[in-house]
Amino acid sequence: MEHTESVRFFNRGPSPAARLVFFSLLSLLLLFVDARYRYLESTRNVLATLVYPIQRLATLPITLWYGADEFLTTQTGLIRDNDQLHEQHVADVARLQQLQMLQAENARLRKLLGVQQRSEYRMQLAEVIYVARDVFQRKLFVDKGSQANIQAGQIVMDDNGIIGQVTRVYPWLSEVTLVTDKDHAVPVQIMRSGLRAIVFGSGDTGDLSLRYMPVNANIREGDELITSGIDGTYPPGIPVARVTHIERDPAYPFARIRCSPVAGVNDQRFLLILSGERKLPPRPEAAGDGVRGKGKKSRRKMLP
Amino acid sequence: MSTVFPKDREFLLPASPLFIGLSLLAALMLDWLPWSGLWLTLRPDFVALVLLYWCTHKPYRVGIGIAWAMGILSDVADASLFGQHALAYAVLAFGGIVLHRRVQMFDLRQQTMQIFPLMLACYAVYAAVHWQLHGYIAWEYFSGSVTSTLLWAPLTLLLQALRRPHVEDEL
Repeated sequence: MEHTESVRFFNRGPSPAARLVFFSLLSLLLLFVDARYRYLESTRNVLATLVYPIQRLATLPITLWYGADEFLTTQTGLIRDNDQLHEQHVADVARLQQLQMLQAENARLRKLLGVQQRSEYRMQLAEVIYVARDVFQRKLFVDKGSQANIQAGQIVMDDNGIIGQVTRVYPWLSEVTLVTDKDHAVPVQIMRSGLRAIVFGSGDTGDLSLRYMPVNANIREGDELITSGIDGTYPPGIPVARVTHIERDPAYPFARIRCSPVAGVNDQRFLLILSGERKLPPRPEAAGDGVRGKGKKSRRKMLP
Repeated sequence: MSTVFPKDREFLLPASPLFIGLSLLAALMLDWLPWSGLWLTLRPDFVALVLLYWCTHKPYRVGIGIAWAMGILSDVADASLFGQHALAYAVLAFGGIVLHRRVQMFDLRQQTMQIFPLMLACYAVYAAVHWQLHGYIAWEYFSGSVTSTLLWAPLTLLLQALRRPHVEDEL
């Protein structure tokens, strides 16, 4: 370094230290702006579009492997699968007919009660492209984006239950935050007792925690948790988790309850994205300042 | 290897901009493979390694600016906060440029010992950002710096070997 500076044959521009300071300040500024204000979403979109082909290229070998695997499925396997599906189909038809009858009956009853109709949800199939690199984030990227009319806030599930929600949308990609993410909360209801609660991700792969439940709450191991739908984001009645462990220590105000997600949060390749808005009446104006602040806070937690 | 090329000449091997670009692209693709579970915790940061390689071997070609740009691309692909990887890679590139003469004098084993603190600094930036956001220090981040450092020697050998044929054409 020294002799290039002393001789000055070549103009190398500013010194490394000056560059470090410049770029560090720039990064810190970006960090601050991104963490506080989220102004940079459009820039992120443009860059994500540029990066997209490289990402597809990186996952190409895996895609090819799966493709080859599917291509080489044996005939016996296909026949067996077909038989199984056929049986399943026959069983399902019977149940579906019952369901249709029940739906019609339910619609009539609801009309009688004057309750708002629950809207139908349409589903879109999406494939997981890759998993976020950060160990502390539970996020996935799927291959449907704003080109397929995906919007942030839509719910992602598999055939068993909730997986998470779409938190960021790019043109051909969208980012899904899983229910196991540390900052994620889902309002739930215990199916057996109807008790409402909120289940939080623990940041661990297969663990959720049910917080703020009193020690004497009516909850047992093996209880199923379904979405309560009172947040307006998650549709009601979809399975979320099952209680695996309860620790009731009278020394603490709340019981320590652990649950495991029902859906295959970590091992799914194909996911369903629910679309279809729920029509909710506008939020009533809160009476006092304190109440309003509280409402805002809880709302922010629902939509990380 | 060093019989054909004396050690002081290893660093004089030419490197075309195309080769530098391709190596960085390959590193990005390795980083974006779907790692999960324990592998995700132990995953080495290939982009950081390749950047460090070029910063120590060609400090006037690949500098803090390029490292910063690669960091921004990593941030986008990772959905992490804008500037997190950029800051880490800028610090890493600065360390690489400051130490480049020392690294050039050492053999691979000694280089590895010099690289380790730089990698630690790089991962310390992630941990610091995480600490600022979430309020606690995540020590798991640092396991990646160990695997990255262990990969320094194989990666250097590979890149040197890939650069060699260009010399034979010119000689």
